[in-house]
Amino acid sequence: MGRRIAALLVCLAAWLPVDSNANLEVFACEPEWAALVEEIGAQRVEVFSATTAQQDVHHIQARPGLIARVRRADLVVCTGAELEAGWLPVLLRRAGNPAVQPGTSGYFEAADHVTMLEKPASLDRAEGDVHARGNPHIHLDPRNIEHVASALGDRLAALDPAHATSYRAALADFERRWQAARARWEQQAQPLRGMPVVVHHPSWVYLNQWLGLRQVTSLEPKPGVAPTARQLAEILNLLHATPARVVIRTPYQDPRPSAWLHERAGLPVLELPFTVGGSQQASDLFGLFDSTIALLLEVQQ
Amino acid sequence: MSKRIIAAGVSAALLLPSLALAESNQEIRAIRRELESMREAYEMRLRELEARLEQAESRAREQTVAPESAPVPTPQQPLPQTAHAHAPRSFNPALSVILQGSLNSYSQNPEDYALPGFQLGGEAGLPAEGFTLDETEIIASANVDHLFAAQTTIALHDDGDETEIELEEAYVDPLALPVGLGGRFGRFYSDIGYLNRFHPHAWDFRDTPLAYRAFLGRQYGDDGVRLSWIAPTDIYLSLGAERFAGNNFPAGESQRTLGDVQSLYLKLGGDVGASHAWQAGLSGLWVDAHDRAGDGHAHAGEADPEASFSGDSTLAIADVVWRWAPQGNPRQRNLKLQSEFFYRDESGDVTVSEGAASGLLDYDGTQKGWYAQAVYQFIPHWRLGLRYDWLSADNDLSVLDLGGFADADDAVAASGLNSDGHDPQRWSGMLDWSPSEFSRLRLQYNRDESRADDTDHQWTLQYLMSIGSHGAHEF
Repeated sequence: MGRRIAALLVCLAAWLPVDSNANLEVFACEPEWAALVEEIGAQRVEVFSATTAQQDVHHIQARPGLIARVRRADLVVCTGAELEAGWLPVLLRRAGNPAVQPGTSGYFEAADHVTMLEKPASLDRAEGDVHARGNPHIHLDPRNIEHVASALGDRLAALDPAHATSYRAALADFERRWQAARARWEQQAQPLRGMPVVVHHPSWVYLNQWLGLRQVTSLEPKPGVAPTARQLAEILNLLHATPARVVIRTPYQDPRPSAWLHERAGLPVLELPFTVGGSQQASDLFGLFDSTIALLLEVQQ
Repeated sequence: MSKRIIAAGVSAALLLPSLALAESNQEIRAIRRELESMREAYEMRLRELEARLEQAESRAREQTVAPESAPVPTPQQPLPQTAHAHAPRSFNPALSVILQGSLNSYSQNPEDYALPGFQLGGEAGLPAEGFTLDETEIIASANVDHLFAAQTTIALHDDGDETEIELEEAYVDPLALPVGLGGRFGRFYSDIGYLNRFHPHAWDFRDTPLAYRAFLGRQYGDDGVRLSWIAPTDIYLSLGAERFAGNNFPAGESQRTLGDVQSLYLKLGGDVGASHAWQAGLSGLWVDAHDRAGDGHAHAGEADPEASFSGDSTLAIADVVWRWAPQGNPRQRNLKLQSEFFYRDESGDVTVSEGAASGLLDYDGTQKGWYAQAVYQFIPHWRLGLRYDWLSADNDLSVLDLGGFADADDAVAASGLNSDGHDPQRWSGMLDWSPSEFSRLRLQYNRDESRADDTDHQWTLQYLMSIGSHGAHEF
């Protein structure tokens, strides 16, 4: 009985994955990187995004469906900087895919290619959800997207050398379009410079830095810690002294604290798409920034 | 150098009180001077190192960043300083310590705990009444090199007046196996069933289901090897086989070089839409048990009887887990449904000893059990759980040798394997609060009808605290 099943196991192990039409299968931890891989890889890659804009990437479970996807991936593209600390290591450990382990060319961390902000001076869990390498929500500064795109283009070319020129051409094309779009966004966003905002969670520091938004405070007293009624009342007091123009939050964050503030302080609440798929307009990276800036400009006027 | 400073610092700290008493201000000044000069030397060295680091970084920047296609960075954003640097900023190995303790109350004497029809082995008993420190787990894990990763879990718990150290797991995973193959060797929890591989701190209730207590002595772990394979399909399909020495319940004392325990399992899993995910499994455990020790059924005022089983034991488990989270985002609300069914066939000899008597029984039995549970996070940080357990044993026992027992009934009763038609069952309710991913406080009530005549009302207030590296969000 046991021997027969063991023999079956060996036979099944020899059954290699069937080639799909795409040259590379890419497992992206977040929708923004899935979108970026699609820009550069086009029809040569098949991209799977492990998360959606409706999910808090800190709190994903290592579901069997995700393990199966990592098993088949040629490349894993994630933010890194411990953003996926709770689930990515489990997926990598359990997927049985040596080609995408950290340190191999099949493993790509976007955070390696940008300058991180909010690096904590000390590490203490009493300070909430802090990440040793800095704030991991790096994608809302389009200059970071450029840095990551360039490294990602090199990586795709290295993994699929037969089509290296086509990845490089797609990268060059993306960079041209992206730089033109960025110039346009920076022009449009001029009135936003110095605009005081309240955020739900420090998800926006890179956007703030790029557009010059001024973060008055965060609703979470510490990253990842939900505010109590008393803490919200303190924020209300703070806002009398330092008024803000708007409260911003992502589609997945609890709407109640910002709604509370809206009722008491009359502060408009803005749900920004945060990443690709976060709103109808944000169907790709260009749409993400187009709609983010348009929405911010609406409250500014 | 820095060691000397620490040594000086430590000795200074130790000396301080006596110095104060001795009024030797001169000595203080001398030490202060010495420390001062040490600090100066240290700072100089630090500046030197910083300068060298800066040079190295600028060199690395020139080499790694700005390939010809890279855009010219805007001046207000400096280029990454850690480009391609893959040094983890965490400890190597990743260390965590999990502190667990509880306050337990029982309406029946926990010493008398029994599951009629089942031999209680392993860690199947109840935690002590009153304040107890359950298990303090120390977990260390890291990649060994490019081919292996290792993890160990060391548990400390009290046994009487002494603190016992138990090596719960110590295993190595090969990293470079091809085509979806995985392996493990060392000491580890078997991957049969759903719950078996989880450590107590990851359980959704304070205790395991009765079926785990009855069939696996809480959970089965042993020394051995595993080979597993994951199919290259969109649906998760995993097959695994394990071979264990057979030194722990439901095995006895290992006899063969290649072990006495064989397991095989199949797991399937996937997502249904964005909000639902599931996993289901079928497992088998074939055990050739030699002198498997377990508690028998005690009569009031008499010495605790013991029953020892030798023979074949075959266990089959079917498990299913279903999880729901709105849009796949479990942060606000989520629901986890979980159920497992156990079926076991055992035959062999049972030696029953009570005081001076030692009888031999012929034993042929089938047992089954199942549980179902639901855990619902209704608001962030708060979860409610409900669980139902049921067990049933149908055992044939005949006396081969009375060995000093008064009669056959006496010997059979002392073995604890006679269920007398009683099917143990239990209802459990749980409420827990987890202010963060690292702490949890839990209140649990069990209406435990394990024993034939008496219902035990069990209350537990428990804490679980985790310090060190980030734990895993296992499915």
